[in-house]
Amino acid sequence: MITLNHYLILAAALFCIGLYGALAKKNAVAVFMGIELMLNSVNINLVAFNHFMSHEKLTGHIFAVFIIVVAAAEVAVGLAIVLSIYRHRKSSTIDDMSWLKW
Amino acid sequence: METSTILFYLFAAVILISAFKMVQSANLVHSALYMIASFIGVACVFLLLYADFLALVQILVYVGAISVLLVFGVMLTRRGDILESNPFNSLKLAGILVSAALFLMLGRLILLTDWKLTAPAATSGTINQITDLLLGDYALPFEAAGILLLVALIGAIIIGRGVENKK
Repeated sequence: MITLNHYLILAAALFCIGLYGALAKKNAVAVFMGIELMLNSVNINLVAFNHFMSHEKLTGHIFAVFIIVVAAAEVAVGLAIVLSIYRHRKSSTIDDMSWLKW
Repeated sequence: METSTILFYLFAAVILISAFKMVQSANLVHSALYMIASFIGVACVFLLLYADFLALVQILVYVGAISVLLVFGVMLTRRGDILESNPFNSLKLAGILVSAALFLMLGRLILLTDWKLTAPAATSGTINQITDLLLGDYALPFEAAGILLLVALIGAIIIGRGVENKK
């Protein structure tokens, strides 16, 4: 029997793998992939809570839809910024993006 | 064992293994492919939770749109050998430590918390109820999400096109 805990542990593991990717990667696009994994794990949590704790109202599903919207907007703007930086610096390595640091 | 139990462990293995391979892979295109496999696994988990609409949206938006966008990002910003396009930075060990610590903490919290569960029931189709909620109770956030998408679209176009410096 699969309980809520199984889904929560799965989401926590996925979140931590995404965090590892976002922290330990050099390429900006790889960092985006890690962030997408983290957002996905949050969606699993929301849907699992909705299913096991209040399945009469689909509030968790609505929240997940909004998270997907925000993730799509974030990835579009973020990739535009990465492309723009790449045009100026010929690099998509995060360590090179240090204009605002002195 | 029940069929749903076997399916859950199967999908969980697909998600976690492909997510881990995504982080470990040294080739950025392979990373993107593993990420797509992980997203499809998440869509299957949504189906196990009777979230049919979200599973479809997951396939459509994540597998169809976001991964294509990320692959475009890989192709447009590539330099040098693609085989070594996805290296780790100097924080690899610290990243492993932080993520493992966070996972242990989250796992302990999840197992210790006494969740107030209700008996889960199989629902037949969530789309009707989601449309009712989106255009009823959540109409204002729905419009705000539309404006956010519009602003993100315009912002992405302007940033991506580049501002011309004419004096």
